[in-house]
Amino acid sequence: MSSDPSKLAFHDGWQYAPAPESTDHVSIDEQYELFIGGEFSKPEEERYFDTINPATEERLSSVALAGSADVDRAVKAARKAYSGAWSKMKAAERGKYIFRIARILQERAREFSVLESLDGGKPIRESRDIDIPLAAAHFFYYAGWADKLEYAFPGRTPKSLGVAGQVIPWNFPLLMASWKIAPALACGNTVVLKPAETTPLTALRLAEVIREADLPPGVVNIITGAGETGAAIVNHDDVDKVAFTGSTDVGRIIQRSLAGTGKKYTLELGGKAANIIFADAAIDQAVEGIVNGIFFNQGHVCCAGSRLLVQESVAEEVIAKLKDRMETLIVGDPLDKNTDIGAINSAEQLDTIRSYLSIGREEGAEMYQSSCKVPETGYWCRPTIFTGVSQSHRIVQEEIFGPVLAIQTFRTLEEGLTKANNTPYGLSGGVWTDKGAKIFKMTQSIRAGVVWANTFNKFDPTSPFGGYKESGVGREGGLHGLDAYVTLES
Amino acid sequence: MVGSSSRVPVAKTYKIYIDGKFPRTESGRYFPLENSDGNVIANMCWGSRKDFRNSVVAARKAFPGWSSASAYLRGQIMYRIAEMLEGRSDQFVAELVLQGQSKRRAKKEVEATIDRLIYYAGWSDKYQQIFSAVNPVSSSHFNFSVLEATGVVSILAPNDSSLLGLVSNVIPAIVGGNTCVVLASEKMPLCAVSFAEVLHASDVPGGVVNILTGYREELVGQFASHMDVNAVVFCDGDAEVARDIQEQAADNIKRVIARVDADWAKEKSQNPYLIKETQETKTTWHPIGS
Repeated sequence: MSSDPSKLAFHDGWQYAPAPESTDHVSIDEQYELFIGGEFSKPEEERYFDTINPATEERLSSVALAGSADVDRAVKAARKAYSGAWSKMKAAERGKYIFRIARILQERAREFSVLESLDGGKPIRESRDIDIPLAAAHFFYYAGWADKLEYAFPGRTPKSLGVAGQVIPWNFPLLMASWKIAPALACGNTVVLKPAETTPLTALRLAEVIREADLPPGVVNIITGAGETGAAIVNHDDVDKVAFTGSTDVGRIIQRSLAGTGKKYTLELGGKAANIIFADAAIDQAVEGIVNGIFFNQGHVCCAGSRLLVQESVAEEVIAKLKDRMETLIVGDPLDKNTDIGAINSAEQLDTIRSYLSIGREEGAEMYQSSCKVPETGYWCRPTIFTGVSQSHRIVQEEIFGPVLAIQTFRTLEEGLTKANNTPYGLSGGVWTDKGAKIFKMTQSIRAGVVWANTFNKFDPTSPFGGYKESGVGREGGLHGLDAYVTLES
Repeated sequence: MVGSSSRVPVAKTYKIYIDGKFPRTESGRYFPLENSDGNVIANMCWGSRKDFRNSVVAARKAFPGWSSASAYLRGQIMYRIAEMLEGRSDQFVAELVLQGQSKRRAKKEVEATIDRLIYYAGWSDKYQQIFSAVNPVSSSHFNFSVLEATGVVSILAPNDSSLLGLVSNVIPAIVGGNTCVVLASEKMPLCAVSFAEVLHASDVPGGVVNILTGYREELVGQFASHMDVNAVVFCDGDAEVARDIQEQAADNIKRVIARVDADWAKEKSQNPYLIKETQETKTTWHPIGS
């Protein structure tokens, strides 16, 4: 037993045996091509790049690098599919194709989960229980909208836009693909989608699913590449709508480049959410919420609760319990079912996180990391908290996108709220209190698109997601997510 | 003068409207507004970028109070604006005529403006019910989405529809709880200033609407780029102007609302989707349990 009765005793007696998820049912091709017009084809310039497993640094596969000629080919295929099959098809039939995608994803869920964890480094528990089921659910949800759109816009007739160009990030690869593709198709558009360069494999497998579902060729085109490929999609003249999820800096560039083009756009950008703990909260639950808020998916979450605001009278207790809980977190093999925190997605992202750890210390904050062991190869970051930070510190102001939490205290509700809202971002927020009236006061006053009260980092296809201020424009998910993919005629 | 029986009329000084007050432009500049005969009707304030920045400060300060005012109150205030305008309609007709509009058209525009105010007064406590949702999430949570005002909105009011067009853009923003800074029609700015007086007499809190007169070309950049403005609405300009506004708006991911080519006299130019354009959707989650 621990000498301190409040402290959890984990250090002896119990050990977790490795519980790796098997990978033998998942085959990965040596090389992947571009999915254009219903076929896999080589990129014009025949250039390829490697995608690696960030937990082992081993190469998983080579992936085609789409150049502007390939982008053009994909947009043409999407346009042809739009004016040919897709926009003329009965909406109910369109919906049935999308239902098919959902069903096949459910059937192949375990394969997708393993592939997601291999390619992106996220714990299998998360890809298995969150990413993949939610992706399937997203297709299922929007499939049902296809023939009911007129009910979503009172007094208006919604019409499809045409070709949607979609660029997605590496933190929830398949889930973000589903957020983009499902509503676009339901509303009658066709798609050119580019997954992130570090996590292309599940999107390419989704291309197989789309073929399996027998969608008309060109309705969904999936092409791989890096920033230049994304820019070529965004700036292609025959794209009618752009959907982007990623950093605010890139979002700004995209918004600028779309100026004057008349293209419709949605941007899901960065965040620096405050998770606010009041003294009257259920503290143990709140600590779980803090852990989920910042360590879920290695903190690679735009809506992560990366700022903890804790009421002064319970700060000591909350921080002690948080440190205690952090000690129990297992960092390591993403495929192990016991793993809480997987691999950092890329060497580049690990460098970014490390630079913020230095910045935090240089600015005078106190850093604490759990004492867990991490593997020698691969990209890892222990769960980290900073105390003694002030509002002007860069680790409080800037998005780190890693398992790094900045902790501040407050005395009054107003002070907590002021600190929470003192950011150019406005994607999400959290509040923990047992007082109902205070919950509504706080959830109303936090200037953010998603607010979790006594919970955090929950997602659902029916629930709109998106930011205020510099966290983006538009919503994805739910009835509100349809807006981005239609034009309304009166 | 001595012995004359006719009374000398008192001309109005047209000023700008910032934070519930009627200052002159801080720049001290003016531009003469002439009628079609080339006679000076008024010396208008040639508003400056500093006036704009001051207005944004006022609008930001007014935002928490106005956005949390009840929908019922906001509706009543919109209605009150209509009442005040009705009572002063002769003045607005006269101003439009003075700026070259026919009496018949002027009268029609003022009446349409009053009716538009009534239209939106009625929306204040209804648009939320049209556009919000309870979302049936799969987990054990209560989840709902509501609209909230996006913040401070800068509005480049239409040049050709100096009263109806201005009101058609300002009211959807403020009925939804936003505060705003407005640039009046450049060629017909009189009614905007008089409308500020109507707002002032209608219990619209100071700072909720700020109205400037001046040159579009000088101020458009500020309207589009100011980092504490959340959305920009524009109603005029060619493709190049639109591109410039959108480019500068990207500095802080502003919402860009283009209402070019709208015919504000038409009935379809009033609808709740115009309110929605300056709203954000907020989604709230709470666990269900014991």
